[in-house]
Amino acid sequence: MTIHHPSTPEIAAYLRPPAGTHPPLDSPAYKSTGLRAPSQAPVVLRHRLTEITGPLLTGEIGPNDHDLTRQHAAPPIGERIIVSGRVLDSDGRGIPQTLVEVWQANACGRYAHSVDTYDAPLDPNFSGGGRVVTDSAGTYSFTTIKPGPYPWGNHHNAWRPSHIHFSVFGRSFTQRLVTQMYFPGDPLFPYDPIYNSVPDEKARQRMISSFDMENSVSDWALAYRFDIVLRGREQTPFEEPHE
Amino acid sequence: MSELALTPSQTVGPYLSLGLTWPTGYLVVPEDAPGAITITGVVRDGTGAVVPDGMVETWQADAEGRFDHADDPRGASGSGFHGFGRSSTDAEGRYRIVTVKPGALGDGQAPHIDVSVFARGLLDRVVSRIYFPDEVEANAADPLLSSLPPERAATLVAEQVGPAELRWDVRLRGEGETVFLAV
Ligand SMILES: [Fe+3]
Repeated sequence: MTIHHPSTPEIAAYLRPPAGTHPPLDSPAYKSTGLRAPSQAPVVLRHRLTEITGPLLTGEIGPNDHDLTRQHAAPPIGERIIVSGRVLDSDGRGIPQTLVEVWQANACGRYAHSVDTYDAPLDPNFSGGGRVVTDSAGTYSFTTIKPGPYPWGNHHNAWRPSHIHFSVFGRSFTQRLVTQMYFPGDPLFPYDPIYNSVPDEKARQRMISSFDMENSVSDWALAYRFDIVLRGREQTPFEEPHE
Repeated sequence: MSELALTPSQTVGPYLSLGLTWPTGYLVVPEDAPGAITITGVVRDGTGAVVPDGMVETWQADAEGRFDHADDPRGASGSGFHGFGRSSTDAEGRYRIVTVKPGALGDGQAPHIDVSVFARGLLDRVVSRIYFPDEVEANAADPLLSSLPPERAATLVAEQVGPAELRWDVRLRGEGETVFLAV
């Protein structure tokens, strides 16, 4: 069958991620993958209009969405920190006006979530959810408290290293990313199957924020820096074959 | 040109609703918008058990097959149509999106919606597509659908269950496993 599309636009696809960057869905050390990871290999989809476009969300941002320490009557317990960085593509271009969503446990490692049964105190002054929009250079910044490590049922004496969950959109469906930001020097790294699900060691280390003395605020908060790099585009556009 | 190395993906974990739930996220268009349709379905795991802690996101063109996005080489539509839907799964594993049927893009693909599914136990999102059951001819000519064995292609086509309601289930693994896409 011949399909002719005189108006077919030229599209530069997004680069495919190098092997070892993203975790294999089937990662047996993380037990929940066993029932949820697809058994069949994904079908490679050529990037067309739907994949090179994507939601350009700035969301409905509340006044204290960027400051998780000011969402309640009193400040939460914990080590106040400023987390900032840039959302970039792999060409080094900042991605402006894109939504960054975060969520995390409190300073004791407890989530303000009905499913979390860890026997650690809830903090009535901490919900643990935030959202910010990057500026024209792709920079974001939010204030929070350092989350604690927490146990989980994956295996005997399993503990997650302290982490903040991040969700970013970029500019295209193809760039969508959910990840976790870790803290430098965490002794739990060697024991965590989720952190270690990323095969390439250098890639794994890119999830670790860096201590950021420069952005620390005297008598107020220490700071950490976390840049998020999303896929860039191929250099040359292609045209759909017309048959 | 220096190329920066990518940030890896990690699971959303079981507490995604603390950060990713929007009360109106499931509304790509208002419920009473002209041409509004509901797409609903259940996400299941390898044993057929429902996934009550997942999230489904959708991305699509508007009813005319246009995107309000500057990277569309045809030009941004300027319509303000945001094209994005997000629904957590409930205790029964069910998600629900209210949207309009996307138009054809004019590139030989049948009308479709791109989907991401996130959940505890998924270290990266899984990506799929929803196609429409009333597009028999266009679906037959679609480059993706026509490249798949019929029983696999069928996992990507929604079922009409009401005048303005479609059903599209996700089977993450096992019998009737949904076709997932590497994008
Ligand atoms: Fe977590």
